[in-house]
Amino acid sequence: MGALISWGGRHPVAAFGMFFAVFPFLMPYKSLASQVLIFGLFALGFNLLYGYTGLLSFGHAAYYGLGAYGTGIALAKLKIGSLWLGIAAGPLLAVLGGAAIGFFCLRRRGIYFAMLTLAFAQLLYFVAFHLPDVTGGDDGLRGIPLLPLNLFGWKIDLEGSLAFYYFTFVLVWLAVAGLKRILDSPFGSVLQAIRENGDRASACGYDVRRVKHLSFVFSAFFAGLAGGLDALRLAVVPVESLYWVTSGQVVIMTLLGGAGTFFGPFVGAGTYLVLGDRLAVFTERWPLVIGLIFMAFVLFLPKGIWGTLVANLPGGAPAEGKWH
Amino acid sequence: MDFSLAAVLPQIFTGLVLGMLFVLLAIGLSLIFGLMTVVNFSHGALYMLGAYFTVFFLGYTRNFWLALLLAPLMVGTFGLLVERFLIRRLYGRSPDDPLLLTFGLSLVLIETAKLVWGKIGLTLDPPRELGGAVNLGFMAFPAYRLFVIAVTVGVLLALWAFLTRTNVGLIIRAGSRDPLMVRALGIDLNRIWLLVFGIGCALAGLAGALAGPMRGAYAEMGVTMVIESFVVVVVGGMGSLLGAVVAGIMMGQVVGITTFFAPALAEIMVFVVMALVLLVRPSGIFGEAGLME
Repeated sequence: MGALISWGGRHPVAAFGMFFAVFPFLMPYKSLASQVLIFGLFALGFNLLYGYTGLLSFGHAAYYGLGAYGTGIALAKLKIGSLWLGIAAGPLLAVLGGAAIGFFCLRRRGIYFAMLTLAFAQLLYFVAFHLPDVTGGDDGLRGIPLLPLNLFGWKIDLEGSLAFYYFTFVLVWLAVAGLKRILDSPFGSVLQAIRENGDRASACGYDVRRVKHLSFVFSAFFAGLAGGLDALRLAVVPVESLYWVTSGQVVIMTLLGGAGTFFGPFVGAGTYLVLGDRLAVFTERWPLVIGLIFMAFVLFLPKGIWGTLVANLPGGAPAEGKWH
Repeated sequence: MDFSLAAVLPQIFTGLVLGMLFVLLAIGLSLIFGLMTVVNFSHGALYMLGAYFTVFFLGYTRNFWLALLLAPLMVGTFGLLVERFLIRRLYGRSPDDPLLLTFGLSLVLIETAKLVWGKIGLTLDPPRELGGAVNLGFMAFPAYRLFVIAVTVGVLLALWAFLTRTNVGLIIRAGSRDPLMVRALGIDLNRIWLLVFGIGCALAGLAGALAGPMRGAYAEMGVTMVIESFVVVVVGGMGSLLGAVVAGIMMGQVVGITTFFAPALAEIMVFVVMALVLLVRPSGIFGEAGLME
């Protein structure tokens, strides 16, 4: 086990591909597997900002929701005939939103930043709520078609849940490889330098605000891609996509898994969704249990499941984990 | 549309009542933040508890005044327990951690409220003495709402007197300036933090108790309120009590007046004002730049 984790630590993208290639067969049903991938991607985006740059966004539903509405509106309202363009519209809208909101929020630091991101996400929620012509308002945006995938003239039908899973898998895998590339670049090192000590990074000559803003926009891109994929999975964008509960979910998932670790977001998303799915059989009030578990993690296991595992296994991967 | 003064004045008064709730919540948030640098995300859930406790004690004692007194006390006591057994473990860690913990707590409290009191909200009547309307000369206004304004003003004056005229108040103010120096003088800051957290929570409970007869009690009632109260605190200037009062009243007016002219925009305007204030004065109206960043 320790050797396996160590190998995964050295080749995270390959390890990710191998595990998630067989993942749907480990899950009770395939749609849950797709959901884990999509929310894992959302948490991956959040983790880039929180775990690696040290910025706690409490309104990440904004970019997930913008992504979902971007893809949803492109396919359901504008009737764009290409799945690729539809999917691209999501992260594009999220990136634009992230650039604008990031500009405002990064005027303040620390706790203010967290509260401002939350406030802007709530602003978007109310806007979506009061624009039923564009977003479907309270009923949500309905009728998003899952068009066949056009791959160099080769048409693939995605209607089956396993086909959709593997389509999602490939896109998320590319995103994971992209994140790895970002983290391994000098830019990635600057992010972590800012997380550890922003003033020192600034003294080293880095334009801290610009780097943070770029990290914010990257993070919005991943969250927006997740939102767009989820719009396809559900064929609906509920207005709750933008609600604070969605922002809270991604925070909980990332911390459960381990903020600042590479696999933490996926471990956390899997734990949250599978646990929620099992608990929902027993009680409608399952978020109560998740809330209690989350509080226990903040108090006693701030490194999360993956972070703790990596830190404690003999022969584990090189030191990973949050900066506590 | 009737734009006459007679039509707008009731909106201004309604906005003032909402502003009072904002002020009570924001003062509590700001007090806790100013001294302990803890952002209490569960503030909205405590507001909700205040409303439910009022319903509970009203059913138990059949006396609104007693319920209005007991509910905030209960919420304040709950706050003491939260500080003592949860928040206290997080001092010295990242300032994000108390925010995360109280976020989890608010989820737990909202779900617990649904479990105990049901998913459907409860209604709560104002006491018979305050059931009617008062003729202010230029218009009639519900007596209960005037009562809310009066109670808030009274509580603010009492809080002001406590902070400026008592020894404990002096220590609280000193503690928010320089905790290390206060400690060096041999004062047990842990007890001060406990007290301040309790007072802040009790204020949230009071806001909920006062809101109950106007808005009913339901599990999600604190969610929007806490986010808007955060906005009030940011606009007023974090840790500034005067800022919380001024911004709270201002935001109440923004909502009240927008509700009159363009109801759909009312919820959005609060955030628009926040964005504008941040552009002009990033540290808020009464905020000091650099405080707890």
